[in-house]
Amino acid sequence: MVNGSPVVEGFIEAINLIVTLNPQVVEITIRSLYVSLTATFFASLVALPLGALIYFYEFRGKHALVSTLQTLYALPTVIVGLIMFLLLSNIGPFGFLRLLYTPGGMIAAQTVLIIPLLMGLTVSALSGIDRDKRYTITALGASRLQTVTTVIAEARFAVMSGVLLGFGRAISEVGAVMIVGGNIRGATRVLTTAIALNTSMANYSMSIALGIILLSVALGVNVVLSLVQRR
Amino acid sequence: MAVIEAHNIRKSYGDLEVLHDVDISVREGEILGLIGPSGSGKSTLLRILDLIEPPSGGELSVFGIDVVAERDRWLDLRRRMGMLFQRPIVFNASVYDNVAMGLRYRGASGGDIDRRVQEALEAVGLSRYIRSRAADLSGGEQQRVALSRVLVTDPEILFLDEPTANLDPTSTATIERIVADLNREAKTTVLISTHDLAQGQRLAHRIGVMIEGTVAQTGSPHAIFHEPRSQKIARFVGVQNIIPGRVVSREGGLTTVAVKERRLVSTTPPPGEEVLAVIRGEDISLHRREPGYEEAENLFPARVAAIEPMAPFVNVTVDCGCDLAALVTARRAEALELAEGMQVWVSLQAKAVHLIPREG
Repeated sequence: MVNGSPVVEGFIEAINLIVTLNPQVVEITIRSLYVSLTATFFASLVALPLGALIYFYEFRGKHALVSTLQTLYALPTVIVGLIMFLLLSNIGPFGFLRLLYTPGGMIAAQTVLIIPLLMGLTVSALSGIDRDKRYTITALGASRLQTVTTVIAEARFAVMSGVLLGFGRAISEVGAVMIVGGNIRGATRVLTTAIALNTSMANYSMSIALGIILLSVALGVNVVLSLVQRR
Repeated sequence: MAVIEAHNIRKSYGDLEVLHDVDISVREGEILGLIGPSGSGKSTLLRILDLIEPPSGGELSVFGIDVVAERDRWLDLRRRMGMLFQRPIVFNASVYDNVAMGLRYRGASGGDIDRRVQEALEAVGLSRYIRSRAADLSGGEQQRVALSRVLVTDPEILFLDEPTANLDPTSTATIERIVADLNREAKTTVLISTHDLAQGQRLAHRIGVMIEGTVAQTGSPHAIFHEPRSQKIARFVGVQNIIPGRVVSREGGLTTVAVKERRLVSTTPPPGEEVLAVIRGEDISLHRREPGYEEAENLFPARVAAIEPMAPFVNVTVDCGCDLAALVTARRAEALELAEGMQVWVSLQAKAVHLIPREG
């Protein structure tokens, strides 16, 4: 440790932690990926069909609904955390599930967090299919179901971009997992909550190491996103 | 026999009325051209006739079936028709998958699809691109992919909505040739909208003119171009002379009309007292001196007022008591040694003077 600057020292130590595959770092990273990927999967399962329904059906208040969804893109993560905490705690209606302070609860919280985003982005992805394309599909003799599947297939890359954005929001949020998961070491600690804790304990090298990993994940998502969008 | 019969069709989007009082019938095996200015409702009418969207009102039968009453048969009827749009539309997939779409919707078998897609692409000269991504092709090639995607389903009625508006002359010629062949050999009924008057004349057996949301006139290309029914149609089909006059007499099958100091005779029975004389510039002949033998009923001296080259023609305005615009070939203008201010003789057959009632 040559020049005594805690940041430089922390950085060198961080590289060391990553390169040597420090068990704690690996464990936290894997949990983070597991929680956010699972949340993205469940959110997609709910949000993609709902988004498609909103797009394909004309109903009263459709416009208001889409605007509401877009507002919820910026849903504060701590608010989701608070609501999910109340729902999952012993006094809440879902207390019997015993999900509070478990990865399962964190998955539920992140799922709720990104559902509006995925729904809204699915609607806009499908809206990107222009009128003439829809006329063409109809003119080619597609049934109602065939029209739906063709439009979704045509918008697949835009829909996938939305899913990746949702994953990015899930893995980078700290508020919801902190409140619902409780940041328990070895059980519910993920990249973001570990960074918050280690920084407050002046354990900078650990924070920087986890920060580098989190940024790499975000970078990876962006690389995939730009590959998808180039299609 | 009429394959499509439309009566009193109306279409509005919210407060915007796009079509009103549309009456049109399409005969089996004909090519019907729809011409009209942009925004006159051609595309909307084609979409309604192809059952892509419903009319707001009116009667419509397709293949003899009342489609207003029988909405549940639309999909089956639509699968017997096909439509090509103005903008080349391809889907984000291979050329093969693009062309196969309509067949897959109809539940064709894999082998059948393979064979027919091959054939359809050969017909438009694009077999070598069968595995390429359709979006990578040029605009003209994409439009040919779109055309083969329609033709592969063997439509009994083919709708073409300004199919060559954005294309280069070669792609345009290819598409026109395919459509003409298809009509002749497979007896496919074709409805083509275009704002290219020449294309309308080249392809169509009959022409319908759309003006401001309705079909204002249908008839043979000759009737549309030489006997337009109203001033707006006459303007749209490019008639150079639309001159107000007053009917003075009718005898021996000829109507005499006073136009300023000049009297013109026409074969058209008088449609009213106040009329417009509609005369195409190319029907007016110019001569250096009084012709010795001339069949034309209208023959009079005139003075050349203006000469305006419009290759390959020359637009000559002559003053003979009223201004007339004559269209002569550049060679003819040279032979006449035309110059502004010179005296010429004008001849014009009575049947080239078409009379329509003056509106308003």
